Amino acid sequence: MTDASQNPGRRGLRAWLVEEDVTSHRQAVAQGAYRGLVGLTSSPIAVIGLVIVILLVLAAAFAPWIATHDPYRQDLSRTLLPPSAANWMGTDDLGRDVWSRLVYGSRTTLYITMLVTVIVAPIGFLIGAVSGYVGGWLDTVLMRLTDIFLAFPSLVLALAFSAALGPGIGNAVLAIALTIWPPVARLARAETLTVRGSDYLASARLQGAGLGRVLWWHLVPICLPSIIVRLTLNMASVILTAAGLGFLGLGAQPPIAEWGAMAAAGRQYLIDAWWLTTFPGLAILLVSLAFNLLGDGLRDVLDPRSG
Amino acid sequence: MTVGSPPYRPDGRAWLSAARKVGTSLSVVAITLFGLLVITFVVGRMVPADPVIAIIGDQADQAAYDRVYQELGLDRPLVVQFGTYVRDIATLDFGRSHLSRNEVATDLARVFPATVELATAALLIGTLLGVPLGVVAAVRRGTWIDQVARVVGLVGYSTPIFWLGMIVILIFYAGLGWIPAGNRVGLYYEGLVEGPTGFLVLDAVLAAEWDVAKSALGHLVAPALVLGWANTAYISRMSRSFMLEQLNQEYILTARAKGATNNSVIWRHAFANMRVQLLTVIALAYCGLLDGTVLIETVFGWPGLGQYLTTALFFADMNAVLGAVLLIGLISVGINLLCDVAYRLLDPRTK
Repeated sequence: MTDASQNPGRRGLRAWLVEEDVTSHRQAVAQGAYRGLVGLTSSPIAVIGLVIVILLVLAAAFAPWIATHDPYRQDLSRTLLPPSAANWMGTDDLGRDVWSRLVYGSRTTLYITMLVTVIVAPIGFLIGAVSGYVGGWLDTVLMRLTDIFLAFPSLVLALAFSAALGPGIGNAVLAIALTIWPPVARLARAETLTVRGSDYLASARLQGAGLGRVLWWHLVPICLPSIIVRLTLNMASVILTAAGLGFLGLGAQPPIAEWGAMAAAGRQYLIDAWWLTTFPGLAILLVSLAFNLLGDGLRDVLDPRSG
Repeated sequence: MTVGSPPYRPDGRAWLSAARKVGTSLSVVAITLFGLLVITFVVGRMVPADPVIAIIGDQADQAAYDRVYQELGLDRPLVVQFGTYVRDIATLDFGRSHLSRNEVATDLARVFPATVELATAALLIGTLLGVPLGVVAAVRRGTWIDQVARVVGLVGYSTPIFWLGMIVILIFYAGLGWIPAGNRVGLYYEGLVEGPTGFLVLDAVLAAEWDVAKSALGHLVAPALVLGWANTAYISRMSRSFMLEQLNQEYILTARAKGATNNSVIWRHAFANMRVQLLTVIALAYCGLLDGTVLIETVFGWPGLGQYLTTALFFADMNAVLGAVLLIGLISVGINLLCDVAYRLLDPRTK
């Protein structure tokens, strides 16, 4: 962030971030990000969400150090033990440590949500922005397509796709992505329509900007804030759908640690071993709540229009 | 709409204009239905399991395989296969389930009322709790009630519903013994009451079989409450934002200036104007419930569409899976269309 020509170090970084005479593009971007951060941290709810999400990322990154046992190591002499000092959250039906599997499960959850987001954001944006910007029959066709996917309740559609593609983590990601893109496309289209007739887009066109250039340089910045909010809120539903698929045996396959599948595996021991179901479910609830809180806070910061 | 103006009633022109728009939406629905069929067809063709082997088993010889392959029409071009598929669906022929050995359509007709019963009960709970909670939260914006409503909303949105179901079973069945396990009605009462509506509680009451009704209601309460929980979250959140939107309008200020009481302002003016939006949200919530029933029926052993779907999925019974998925898609499209029509008729601004 330090720039020799601006030399923020001399006047202090904070002053550089809040001063009114903005002298460079870089400074303007930095100031925007700074204001966003200040706004976000002023909402306690969003901060709680952010902290939990950061903890999740840390748990995933440092899983080998945080876990107390090998999550895959079976010990049939120590099955279904209740929580104790040795096994903080007890052991499962194969004698594996539930806490360690929960920690490693954060990797699966993060992997699924990140991958879905990375797939859905560009596709949703592209379909929505092209639809809104180009208009005409293309708009009609793309929006009808969106409607068709929206017509299905998302879990049922994801379920059908997973059934067709076969169980597995990659297929679950694809199936969820297929059900998540329509709202993003709708949003990108709506945002695009608000600026479609604007003078600055006309001037860009007159200067010879093609579709690609308009999309990347003029429409991405317009659509990005609301898409980020939408995707953050979506992550909660991605996590729930992934857990639901895992619960039905269509997500990550054993022995991979996945929270939904762990909760499902505990179902047959529900009454004798409450810890098998309770802890993975709490983890899902906590993380999905965190994304909802963060998304709520982000909306206030990035997208004041939708209050 | 100003205060004191007569309530809006659709006149002849409104009906005509609504009818024209309904025509447009019908064509949209037709396209959407076509899309649904394409999706289920493609999904059915993508399945890794060989449909022929699913029918004749992997011990059959090549001649038998080829015969079934041709009977299923798999040797014909995809477009022709799709045409056949559409024709079959149009005549309510979803194929045969090789798990239950019945026509899928028959199976669906059998399990569907149970799901409707469960979803309706959950919707009632969600509406009766969610609407007042949302309205009060909006009116008392920023107070502790608003905070409670917000937390209920966010936690409700974030709860893995299948897990909540299991926890409810753990506490109220295993721990306290308050709720019965599984199914729609106690073992002794099964099959005592049949039809006419297919909603067991209602049928039992109509037949004056009070013991059956009591048992059925007991079985319904827990899954309906769990489903209703997520629903309450959604409905209260939407009610809150609709109410806030109305309360910020100038006509509210006018009403207050004219000396209308707080209750009258909230319920007679503001609430009256958010009814149409609310109706749409409740209808859409019903679509969302169909998602939830898949998981909740599996957890509670409720013999409805969701359990049928997951069981079929488990045994790779694709005709049954696709039939159930298509049915759920059709219901969603239907509800969306009804919403659209209702919205156009009831909201004068869409004229």
